[in-house]
Amino acid sequence: MASKIRRALLPAGTLIAFVLLWQAVCSAFEVGPYVLPAPWTIASYMADNAARLWDQLSFTLLLALKGIGLGVAIGIAAALLFHLIPGVRAALSPIIIITQNIPTIALGPLLIVWFGFGLAPKLILLALVCFFPVAWSMLAGLGQAAPHLREYMAMIGASRWEVLRRLELPASLPSFFTGLKLTATYGVTAAIVAEWLGSSEGIGHYIVLKSKGYDTTGVFAAIVCIVALALAFYGAAVLLERLVIRWRPGTSNAAAGKRRDAA
Amino acid sequence: MNVGLEKEAKLELIGVSEGSAKEAKLELIGVSKSYRRDRKRHPVLDRLSLRVGEGEFVTLIGPSGSGKSTLFRLIGGVELPDEGSIRIDGKETNGKRGLIGYMPQQASLFPWLSVAANVSSALTTAGIEAGEAKRLAAEWLRRIDLGDVAGEYPHVLSGGMQQRVSFLRALLMPRAVMCLDEPFAALDALTRAEMQAWLLRLWEEERRSVLFVTHSIEEALTLSDRIYVLSRAPARILKEIRVPLPRPRRGDVWKEPAFVALKEEIMGLLGEGTSP
Repeated sequence: MASKIRRALLPAGTLIAFVLLWQAVCSAFEVGPYVLPAPWTIASYMADNAARLWDQLSFTLLLALKGIGLGVAIGIAAALLFHLIPGVRAALSPIIIITQNIPTIALGPLLIVWFGFGLAPKLILLALVCFFPVAWSMLAGLGQAAPHLREYMAMIGASRWEVLRRLELPASLPSFFTGLKLTATYGVTAAIVAEWLGSSEGIGHYIVLKSKGYDTTGVFAAIVCIVALALAFYGAAVLLERLVIRWRPGTSNAAAGKRRDAA
Repeated sequence: MNVGLEKEAKLELIGVSEGSAKEAKLELIGVSKSYRRDRKRHPVLDRLSLRVGEGEFVTLIGPSGSGKSTLFRLIGGVELPDEGSIRIDGKETNGKRGLIGYMPQQASLFPWLSVAANVSSALTTAGIEAGEAKRLAAEWLRRIDLGDVAGEYPHVLSGGMQQRVSFLRALLMPRAVMCLDEPFAALDALTRAEMQAWLLRLWEEERRSVLFVTHSIEEALTLSDRIYVLSRAPARILKEIRVPLPRPRRGDVWKEPAFVALKEEIMGLLGEGTSP
C-alpha cells in the first residue's frame, strides 16, 4: 500500500507543479482570460456554473454510456461471429477497416443528413468508433488460447461450445479489457464530436456555444469536465478488469510455481 | 462377416497372446499413419497393434520422436489413421472423440478456474451432471490431500500438485481407458519419484485400464503390467514385455533382480532400435 502511494506521488507532483506554473505565468504576465484563463479563474467559473455544467455533463455521460454499451455489444458479437465463422472475417474486414478510416468529422454530417438530429445518428457514430477496438482485440484474444489447453480439450472430446465457453472466452478476457480501455476513452471523445455536430445539449454543444462567444474560460471549464469524464470511464474499465480477472493470466504449466510444494 | 474373419486373421498375424479380444478395453489393430511434408511422405506409425485389457497398466516406451503423441491423437479421435482400426470397448472408434480420459505432459489446468472447478468441469464434459461433478471433485480432492487448495487458482500449486489434479481429472472421467502422455516428464527427479509412488498407490486401489507413455525405463517397469517397446520412427513394436513383479509394488521395486534384468533388456532393445 505504501509503495503504491509512493508510486502515485511523482505523477501527482508533476501535475500540481504544472498547474502552479500555469497559474504563476498567467498572474506574472497578466495574460487575458480570453487568451488563456488561469487555473483559479477556471475553477471559480466552474463553481459559479456548477449546476449548468453538471446538466450538460450528465447528458454527455448518458450518451457516451449508451454509445459505448452499444459499441461494446456489437464488438463482442462481431468478434464471436468472425471467430466462429472464419469466412465472414475475410469477407467483411475490408469494409470495417474503411469505416474506421473515415474521419468522424466527415461521417457525422452525413449521418445527420441521413438520420436527422435525433439520438440515432449520434449512437451510430459512437458505435462505429467504439466497436472496433473491442472487436479486434477480443478477436485476437479468442485465437490466442494456449495450444496445450486446446489440445487437451480436443483429446477429452469437448464440444465446440465447451471450447468456446471454457477456454476461448476466458482466455480472451485480458485482450477484451485492453480493447475496452481504449473504447472507454475514444467513446467520450466521440460523444463530444457527435454533440458538437448536432445537438442542443451536452458538453460538446456547450463548447460550441462558448467558443462562438469567445468565452475561453467556459471552453476550458468544459475541457476539464471532458477530461474528468474520460478518466472516470477509463478508471471504471480498469476497475472492472480487476474485478473480473483475478487469476494470473498466461501461466498454467508446471513451471509456474514451486512455492507451495506438497508437504 | 468378412470383417470379423479379417480381424481374426490379423490378430493371429500379430500374435495377440493375452486373453481374448473381447475383454480388451483398448485395442489397436494394424494402425499406420504418415504425414506429408514438402511433398514427401513421412511415415510415423507402421502397422502398430497393441491392446490394453480391463484393469491393466500398459506402457509404451520408445525413443523420442517415435510418434507416441501421434498415437495418442489417433486414440483420442483427433486424427484419423491411414489404415488399421482403433477399438474401445470392442467398438471401432476411428476418429471418434470423447471416449478416453487424458492426462497430458503439461498439467493443462485452466488458470481461470479453481482447482475444484478444473476437475468438475472436465467431469461435466464427460457427461456427469454438474452437481454430482462438484461433489465428486470435492470428495476426491480431500481424498488425495488437496482439499485445502480446492478453492485456489492452479498457479498457487507446485508442479507436482498440478499433476496430481491433472491425474485426478483423468481418473474420475467415466471412460473405458485412461491415456497418460509422459505426465511426469517436466518434473524434477525427486518430485517425479514421489509422483510415481503416489500414482502406483492410487492406481492399485482403483485398477483402471491405463495406456501410459514414457521415456523412462525405470518408470515403465515400476508402474506397468506390460510394456511395448517401440522403434524409432516409423514406429513398430519391437517387443512386448510382461513385467513379472508382484503387486502391490513399492517405490523401491527397482532393487529386485528381475527389474534390473528387464531394464537391461529394454535398454538393449532401444539401443538396437536407434542404431541404423
